[in-house]
Amino acid sequence: MSWLHLIILLPFIFAIFVPFFYKYLPRIHTGWFVFVVPVALFAYLLSYIPLIARGQTSYETVNWIPSLGINFTAYVDGLSLIFGLLISGVGALVVLYSVYYMAKEREALHNFYVYLLMFMGAMMGLVFSDNIIVLYLFWELTSVSSFLLIAYWYQRKQSRYGAQKSMLITIFGGLSMLAGFIMLSIITDTYSIREMLGQVDQIAAHGLFVPAMILILLGAFTKSAQFPFHIWLPDAMEAPTPVSAYLHSATMVKAGIYLVARFTAIFGGSVEWFWIVSTIGIVTLIWGSVFAVKQTDLKALLAYSTISQLGMIMSLLGLGSAALYFGYGNESAMYTTAILAAVFHLINHSTFKGSLFMVVGIVDHETGTRDIRRLGGLMTIMPISFTIALIGSFSMAGLPPFNGFLSKEMFFTGVLNASELNIFQMETWGILFPIIAWVASVFTFIYSMILVFKTFTGTYQPKKLEKEAHEAPIGMLIPPIVLASLVVLFFFFPNILSKNLLEPAMAAILPSFIEAGGGFDVKIYAWHGWNTELFMTIGVVAFGSLLFVSLKKWSWLYGVMPEQLTLNHAYDLGLEKVEKASHGITAFHMTGFIRDYLLYIFGFIVVVLGGAVVMLQGFSYDPSGNAPVSVYEVVLVAVMVVAAIGVLIAKSRLTAIVAVGVLGYMVALMFVNFRAPDLALTQLVVETVTVALFLLCFYHLPKFKKEESGVRFRAANLVISLGVGTVVTLIALSAQGARVFEPISTYFEDSYELAGARNMVNAILVDFRGFDTLLEVLVLSIAGLGVYTLIKLRLAGRDNE
Amino acid sequence: METLMSLLIGVLFTVGTYLVLTKSLLRIILGTAVIGHGVHLLLITMGGLKTGGPPLLELNTASFTDALPQALILTAIVINFAVTALFLVLAYRAYQELGTDDMDQLRGTEDE
Repeated sequence: MSWLHLIILLPFIFAIFVPFFYKYLPRIHTGWFVFVVPVALFAYLLSYIPLIARGQTSYETVNWIPSLGINFTAYVDGLSLIFGLLISGVGALVVLYSVYYMAKEREALHNFYVYLLMFMGAMMGLVFSDNIIVLYLFWELTSVSSFLLIAYWYQRKQSRYGAQKSMLITIFGGLSMLAGFIMLSIITDTYSIREMLGQVDQIAAHGLFVPAMILILLGAFTKSAQFPFHIWLPDAMEAPTPVSAYLHSATMVKAGIYLVARFTAIFGGSVEWFWIVSTIGIVTLIWGSVFAVKQTDLKALLAYSTISQLGMIMSLLGLGSAALYFGYGNESAMYTTAILAAVFHLINHSTFKGSLFMVVGIVDHETGTRDIRRLGGLMTIMPISFTIALIGSFSMAGLPPFNGFLSKEMFFTGVLNASELNIFQMETWGILFPIIAWVASVFTFIYSMILVFKTFTGTYQPKKLEKEAHEAPIGMLIPPIVLASLVVLFFFFPNILSKNLLEPAMAAILPSFIEAGGGFDVKIYAWHGWNTELFMTIGVVAFGSLLFVSLKKWSWLYGVMPEQLTLNHAYDLGLEKVEKASHGITAFHMTGFIRDYLLYIFGFIVVVLGGAVVMLQGFSYDPSGNAPVSVYEVVLVAVMVVAAIGVLIAKSRLTAIVAVGVLGYMVALMFVNFRAPDLALTQLVVETVTVALFLLCFYHLPKFKKEESGVRFRAANLVISLGVGTVVTLIALSAQGARVFEPISTYFEDSYELAGARNMVNAILVDFRGFDTLLEVLVLSIAGLGVYTLIKLRLAGRDNE
Repeated sequence: METLMSLLIGVLFTVGTYLVLTKSLLRIILGTAVIGHGVHLLLITMGGLKTGGPPLLELNTASFTDALPQALILTAIVINFAVTALFLVLAYRAYQELGTDDMDQLRGTEDE
C-alpha cells in the first residue's frame, strides 16, 4: 500500500466520517470538512508534475486477487495526471461552491457529501487504474454514485426519472465494456493495460479485435453521452447544480473520453476505430449544438452544449488515431495535432463549462428560476456573474482572448488535416468533416450568445421572478472566478501546460511514438497568421451573429420536428413496450392453472427424451434375452390394461377408486409371479390401506356437481399422455437389450455368510443398505406427523369463524 | 415377457399422465398412484424377469432372481404410500376449507 493508493482511497475513507461531522458538529457546514480532501489530492498530484514532465511514469501495485491476475495497480502518466488534477481541482472548487449553494438548514448534507466523495474516489480510481477489472469496478462506482447524486432530491418525480434513465443507459454501456475487457484479456492473457501495449500486433490480428473494440466503445459512448446515448444527460440536470457542474460537465462524462484516449494506443490505427469514433463524435457535435439552441432552460442548454463539446473531443481523438496508422514520422505529425487539440480542449472545457454551470446555479439561486424566457436585464444587478458568464460563453464560442479560441482553432486544423487524408476512403468523405465542424461551430456560437445575452441583457422583469435578484455571496463567486481566470490565463500563457502536461499526455496516448525515438514538441500560439482556420472563425462569428439577431425569424423550424420522432420518445416508448411485452409473455404462459404447468413439464419430457431417442438413434430392440410368456401372465396383463382404462373412462369416482384398487392387487399378483414374496405382501397391505384412504376421501368430497361427469376429453392432454407412455415404452425396450455389466446381485447371495440372513431382500434392507431404510422410516414418520398436523392445526379457520 | 411388460408400463404411464392432467383433485391423486405402479413394474422389469427362484436361501434353487431391485421397490412402495397418504389428507383438508376440488378454481390469484 503506497501513498498513491492511500490518496485514491482517501475520499472513501473520509466518507465514513462525514455523517459524524454532520451529526456532532452541526454548527459548521459539513462541506468545510470535505473541502480538505480534494485540496489534499490536488496538492499531492501536483508533486507528480516534475516527474511526469521528465517523461517518466510511476506505478505501484497492491495485490488484490493475484491468483486471477486482478491487482490494484495505480499507474501515473501524463493522461491520468491531467484527469487526476481536473478531478481534484474542479472537485475542490465544487465543494467550496456547494458550501454556499447547499443550505445547512434544509439539505441532508451528510448524504450529499458521502455520495460526492464516493464519486470523487471512484473517478480517481478509474483514471489511475492499470488493471482493467479494477478500472471497471471504479467505472461502475461512478455510475452508482452519479445515480445517487442525480436523485439527491428524491421526493421529485423528475429526479427519479433522470436517475433511472442515466442508470439504465450507463450500466448498459458498462456491462458491454466489461464484455469487451474480458475479450481483450482472452486475446492477451493479461488484465494490465501496460502489458497489453506490448501485444498490439497480436490484438489487431485476432478475430475478437472488432467485437472487443465495439463493446468497449459502447461503454465509452454511453458514459460520455455520445449520440444516440446522449439522452440521459439533459435529464440528469435534475441534480443539484454543484453536481451538474462537477459530474456532468467536468469529470464523469469525460470518463468515456479517457477510455477512448487510453485505448487509442491499442485500437487506434485501424480503419474501424477511425471511422466509428470520429463519425459518432462529429454527429454528436452537430446534434448537441443544434438542439442546444432550442432549449429554454439554462441547465438543459448547458447539457446539450456539453454533449456537443464531448462529441468534438471524441471526433478529434478519432481523427488523430490516423497518426498511429502512419507511425512516427513527418506524415503523422499533422494528425497528432488532433490529439493535442482533444487533450487541450478537454482541459479548457472543464474550466469554462464548470464556471458556466456555477453561474447558472447562482442565477437560479438568486432569482428562483433558470428559464431564459423569465430572465433578463441582470447585468447591472449581478455584474460579477455577468463577467464570468461572458468569459465562459465567449470561450465556449471560440472567441479570443479566451482559451476556447485556441482549442477551436486547433480543432479546425485537425479536421482540415484529416480531410486531406488519403487513407480509409477519406478522399471521398473527408471534406464533410470541416463542413460539419464549421456548421456546428456556428450553432455553438449562437447558443453561447443566448446564454449571455438572454440572461443578462434586455429588460429586467421582477414580476416573473420568485425572489428579488441580487448578487451572490462572495464565497459562491470564488470558484467560478478561479475557473474564469484560468480561461483567460490559458489563452495568454498556453505553454505553461504544454511541457508539463500536454506532452506527457500525448506520449501516453501515442506510446509507440516514444518508442520510435520521437518526442512531442508542443507549442501553442494564439496567432497563426492569416490561414484557413482564422477565416473559418471569422465566418463563424459573422454567420453566428446574423443568425442570433434573426433568431425569432427562424426558431419556428424547431417546432417542425414532431415529438414522436425524438430519441427521448423512442426511449420512453421502448421502455414501456418492453415492460408490456414481458408482462404479456409472463401472463401468457404463467396462467395459474396447474394443468398448464404440467403440460409444459410433460411436453418437455416428451420432446427432450423422445427427441434424444430419435436424433441419437438410441432405439434398439433385442428380445433375445426375454423370459417366456405364459397364458397366466397374458391374462394378468389384460386385466391390468382393462383396469387402467377403467380408471380413465369411469363415470363415477367410486368406479375409478375400485379400478385403481384392482390395479394395485394385480401388481401384487405380478410380484408373486416375478418371485418377489416380500413385495407382494407389502403391496397387498399398502394397497388395502390406500384404497381405504381413497374411500375416506371420497366420502368427504362434494355430492353435487361433476361427481358423475366423465373425464373431459381434451386432445392436447391425450396427445401428451400418449407421448409420455410411448417414450417410456421406447426407453424401456431399448434398455433391455443393452445390459453392459453383470449385476452385482451374486454378492447378496452370500447373505447368510455376510449377514446371517437367509432372506436376501430383508438382508439388503436392514443390513447391506440399512441407511435407506432408516430414512424411509423418517419419511413415513414425517408423513404421519404431517397428517396429524393437517387435521389438528386450524389457525386460519379459527380466524374466519 | 419384458416386451409385454414394457407395453403395459407404457399404458400405465399414459393413463396416469392423462389423469394427472384432469381437473379433479381426486383423479390427480389416482393418476399419481397409477404412475407409481408403472414405476414399480418398470423397476422390476429392468432387473430382469424370472431368471431364478425367489431370493430366499432356504429354497436351495440353482439361481435366484435379482434381490436388489426388489429391495429398491420395497423402499419405493413405502415412500409412495407415505406421500399418497399425506396428499390425500391434504386434498381432504383443502376441500373442507375451500369447498372445492376443482383445480381450475384452485388456481392462484392475479396479484400473487
